[in-house]
Amino acid sequence: MKIVVLVKHVPDAAGDRSFAADTTTDRAAVDGRLSELDEYAVEQALQVVEKSGEGEITYLTMGPEAASEALRKALSMGGDAGVHVVDEAIHGSDAIATSLVLAAAISKLEPDLVICGMASTDGTMSVVPAMLSERLGITGLTLAASVAIEGGQVTIRRDSDEASTTITASLPALVSVTDQTGEARYPSFKGIMAAKKKPVETWSLADLGIEPAVVGLGAAWSVVDSIVKRPPRQAGTVIPDGGDGGVQLADFLSSGKFI
Amino acid sequence: MAEVLVLVDHLDGSVRKTTTELLTIARRLGEPSAVFLGAGLDNALETLGRFGAEKVYVVADAEIDGYLIATKTDALLTVVAQASPSAILITSTSEGKEIAARASIRLGSGIITDASDVDENGIATQSAFAASYIIGSKVTHGTPIITVKPNATAPIENLTTPAVVQVSVEYGALSTSARITDVAPRAKSGRPDLTEAAIVVSGGRGVGGAEGFTVIEALADALGAAVGASRAAADAGWYPHAFQVGQTGKTVSPQLYIANGISGAIQHRAGMQTSKTIVAVNKDSEAPIFELADFGVVGDLFAVVPQLTEEIGKRKG
Ligand SMILES: Cc1cc2nc3c(=O)[nH]c(=O)nc-3n(C[C@H](O)[C@H](O)[C@H](O)COP(=O)(O)OP(=O)(O)OC[C@H]3O[C@@H](n4cnc5c(N)ncnc54)[C@H](O)[C@@H]3O)c2cc1C
Ligand SMILES: Nc1ncnc2c1ncn2[C@@H]1O[C@H](COP(=O)(O)O)[C@@H](O)[C@H]1O
Repeated sequence: MKIVVLVKHVPDAAGDRSFAADTTTDRAAVDGRLSELDEYAVEQALQVVEKSGEGEITYLTMGPEAASEALRKALSMGGDAGVHVVDEAIHGSDAIATSLVLAAAISKLEPDLVICGMASTDGTMSVVPAMLSERLGITGLTLAASVAIEGGQVTIRRDSDEASTTITASLPALVSVTDQTGEARYPSFKGIMAAKKKPVETWSLADLGIEPAVVGLGAAWSVVDSIVKRPPRQAGTVIPDGGDGGVQLADFLSSGKFI
Repeated sequence: MAEVLVLVDHLDGSVRKTTTELLTIARRLGEPSAVFLGAGLDNALETLGRFGAEKVYVVADAEIDGYLIATKTDALLTVVAQASPSAILITSTSEGKEIAARASIRLGSGIITDASDVDENGIATQSAFAASYIIGSKVTHGTPIITVKPNATAPIENLTTPAVVQVSVEYGALSTSARITDVAPRAKSGRPDLTEAAIVVSGGRGVGGAEGFTVIEALADALGAAVGASRAAADAGWYPHAFQVGQTGKTVSPQLYIANGISGAIQHRAGMQTSKTIVAVNKDSEAPIFELADFGVVGDLFAVVPQLTEEIGKRKG
């Protein structure tokens, strides 16, 4: 079985993230990392292979030079190979163009199973997996809280506020996984060393047969009109509890007409 | 005036408040039409008419609830082909966002997700980077598809008698390719919906265990509030994951958010930072949550919270 896992390199949420002058996410201002939410996808792929005893995992990322770090991190957790789609023209792509590029790369890899994270931690749109399902014409099961593969079928559990639903589909299929699937493993020292020798290919738009004009900031189907830093919240009143903290809190709530 | 489609968010015909907000926004942009998928139209019609839907497109096929989200996309797109709307508004739930994503590819339209409002020019407001930025953006290609978060605007009534249009849909093979093999309904809490509630009372690791949440629930009930939890509390199994607030849980924007025993990590803040008033109870005076709080008490939540609950009871008389 061939598995492709999508991994995105994102600015670390712990840093002071910001936008560049061209309204795109400033990917140089803050150190990048493999999106934590894609680590869950990596973990599920590794578990699928461990449980079935067979399978080949390729990580796919689209992003600037530094995005290859996300591939190395994933490879240090396990898996076999990486593909990095990098091209100047991709800069500033919206989710529509991102899904176009990723779909072309996935088609080239011909996987049985594609696993994505639930959302990127920078864009947080949570739309790329569904867009890929449409573009690739394969079943997309999103926001899986658990994943199992058996006999050419994928079964997931999806939790909503109303119900917990079990869904089954035949492969090939695409799955996006939530942080409810279980903590991702830490790379071992051996894993980190082994990752250095695993093959990583770099593909350009030309390799995928995509015209540069259809991706990037200029081709985006929505435009940013304004970016304003939210004013920091005014520091409020913080009191130590001297035994009547609850009463003082009630006074505050009364003054705000909440009681 | 062109139609603006609002995809109705409902449970068996009971229309969620977010839909009335979307109908209100739709009126700024054009003529609101509701798209009602699934069973329960009779229950829904009055509300849709009260909030100004001129038309209600209805698809009641068994495929709607019998499959995952893609059949709803088929139905919505059939309506789009019929109505040629100038915009499509969908509630920003995980299901709504997926329908929007699929529709954007099939229609070749730009998409904006998680808008906190949309103005009469179609400019959507969004938060970015854990709500530290406010972005205004606009779809420039195709039929704008915008998913809007709950509490975006105050719903305004505008009485209409909607025309009901039955729509027949052909479902694609891809949309019916996944089978639902089991559905386990969840217990209802009887409290207000977390994302719609005016007040949210949350508990974190500081609550110490599942039993500790009775203190949180008691305060919530005294205030008529919804209960939330941090991921630490949800992961520990102290409170169901459905109530998690934050990046991988729900985004809430209530009038009042009370965080108890929650440190205020960036991923938690991402889900509650836009609350109007924030109150925190935490025994660590250095906890980052106090940077956001309009009012904070440094102390043991097991002393402060029950005292507050009791005091509310007294004042309500
Ligand atoms: C990709 C990713 C996504 C995430 N998504 C989310 C998310 O959606 N939501 C979320 O909440 N987190 C999320 N997290 C986790 C987040 O980083 C924090 O770990 C989490 O929010 C911490 O929860 P907490 O504040 O309850 O626990 P802690 O950080 O452990 O804080 C507990 C607080 O309780 C206080 N306390 C202890 N005892 C008492 C007492 N008796 N009285 C008063 N105060 C007391 C302590 O002083 C402390 O400040 C995510 C993390 C990652 C990496
Ligand atoms: N540039 C990218 N490279 C690789 N994977 C991506 C990229 N963008 C999005 N994804 C995948 O799609 C998921 C959802 O992303 P998003 O729709 O941007 O929130 C992520 O968790 C990734 O698995």
